[in-house]
Amino acid sequence: MPSARCSMLDRATQDDPAVEVRPVAFRGAGFVPRAGRVSGWIALAMVIALWQLAGSAGWVSQLFLPSPSAIAIAIYKLAISGALWQHVSASVLRIGTGWVLGTVAGVIVGFAIGLSTLARGVGITFISALFPIPKIALLPLLILWLGIGEEPKIATIALGVFFSTAISVYSGVDAVPRNLIRMAQSFNVPFHAIVRRVIWPGALPSILAGFRITASVALLLVVSAEMIGAQFGIGAFVLQAGNLMQTDQLLAGVVILSLFGLAVGKVINVLEAKLLHWR
Amino acid sequence: MDLIADHISHRFGALDVLDRVSFTVASGEVVAIVGPSGCGKSTLLSILGGLLQPSGGAAELRGAPPAGSLNPLTFVFQDFALLPWCTVEANVAFPLEHAALDAAARRAVVDDALRRTGLSDFRAAYPKQLSGGMRQRVGIARALAVRPAILLMDEPLSALDSQTRELLMEDFIRLLADGAMGAVYVTHNLAEAVRLADRIVVLSRRPGRVREIVDIPMTRAERGAIDARGKLLALQNDLWSLIREEAIDAEREVQHA
Repeated sequence: MPSARCSMLDRATQDDPAVEVRPVAFRGAGFVPRAGRVSGWIALAMVIALWQLAGSAGWVSQLFLPSPSAIAIAIYKLAISGALWQHVSASVLRIGTGWVLGTVAGVIVGFAIGLSTLARGVGITFISALFPIPKIALLPLLILWLGIGEEPKIATIALGVFFSTAISVYSGVDAVPRNLIRMAQSFNVPFHAIVRRVIWPGALPSILAGFRITASVALLLVVSAEMIGAQFGIGAFVLQAGNLMQTDQLLAGVVILSLFGLAVGKVINVLEAKLLHWR
Repeated sequence: MDLIADHISHRFGALDVLDRVSFTVASGEVVAIVGPSGCGKSTLLSILGGLLQPSGGAAELRGAPPAGSLNPLTFVFQDFALLPWCTVEANVAFPLEHAALDAAARRAVVDDALRRTGLSDFRAAYPKQLSGGMRQRVGIARALAVRPAILLMDEPLSALDSQTRELLMEDFIRLLADGAMGAVYVTHNLAEAVRLADRIVVLSRRPGRVREIVDIPMTRAERGAIDARGKLLALQNDLWSLIREEAIDAEREVQHA
């Protein structure tokens, strides 16, 4: 009987005091970091407090590094003067239009590359050749082509967004498990329904991950384009503030950009939670 | 409706996988395909189900499919092939979305398939919430929903633990009992083959040729009896003796490839 045998063994070790009994050493610790938000917030608050202290105590010059309170006051003044909305709305309009144009084109081209041999051959060649070009370098050319209005800035953002989107979409289509497509084919599901019901949802995780990248690409490009040639917009505002040594205003612009980036990240988090709940 | 493998040959590039494989699956018959690893069993099933064009020969159907069959040749996949973003119910309804059925009829078909596979209480669950066995039941319910004439089963139990395998085998026996559906059952498990099949096609190692077609001289009902176990074990041993040498060669070949 196994149980009898076990109990005999138990007694044998217990009964013999000469045999040392020691616990098995635990060696499975680590390598499982948990996502703790509290420590992050505490660290952030401590850095801001230290920064404030450095400014208030006069350890650093307010001109070179304005204190957080000075930046908050600058944002408040910008908000009540209406200048904040003027700059933010100009940037948001450019980002929004450029991002939507680039995303729509990128999704269409990405799906074409993912689904068609001809489009793949042509598309990947062009994307490989054009993707590495820093898109901001094309702004002067786009100004020549499209004039000095909003169009070249929007086109620069759209181009930057387009390439990253196209790549993330066709990578997503490629990553859809082939067995699901074969399953749908085995039930005579038509091509358009396979694309809509199998490939689109299967590629969605990669497409949404691409949105995260293109949102930051769009933000980078709008600021760069506005620094090169714009009257309004956060990029133009930050540059002007720098030229006038108004570092509190400059950092106010940077904080607003950071908040904008955080807000976009939150929106994508919500989209992921809603659309990818099945993962 | 009979399914005929007519001198099917296939090659992937320079690799000969199947060589003039011929046999017929009669209406309502369960045919198992066994053979050493890499002998082209799954390739053969893909060709039979129209998912792969053979390099030579053809897969053919003889006779009309049964009335009301929406997909006469229907696969049950080894990895279940469930849409992870769809609930159990939506997975079962997926192949019906483009069928000429009104909403009430579709609902009735889905309900019936879920009931027959014991999934009625899990209709709102997502695949990730289910055990392997329950996932394969969803795969079976989805297949039943299109009222197949012949189920094409590609190692449907090999991703499951042995207890779940046993339970699902009982489900297969029950579902195939009335002879309304036939099946081609690809497996490397000889016990499953002798338990379920009316006939067993033994393939040689690559390129797969029909080495022997073995009839099982018992009904499936008879095979369930305790005194049938000895006979089934003897049959299994006979099959193993047919395959063993080639399985060793196939394994060595894979290791050296």
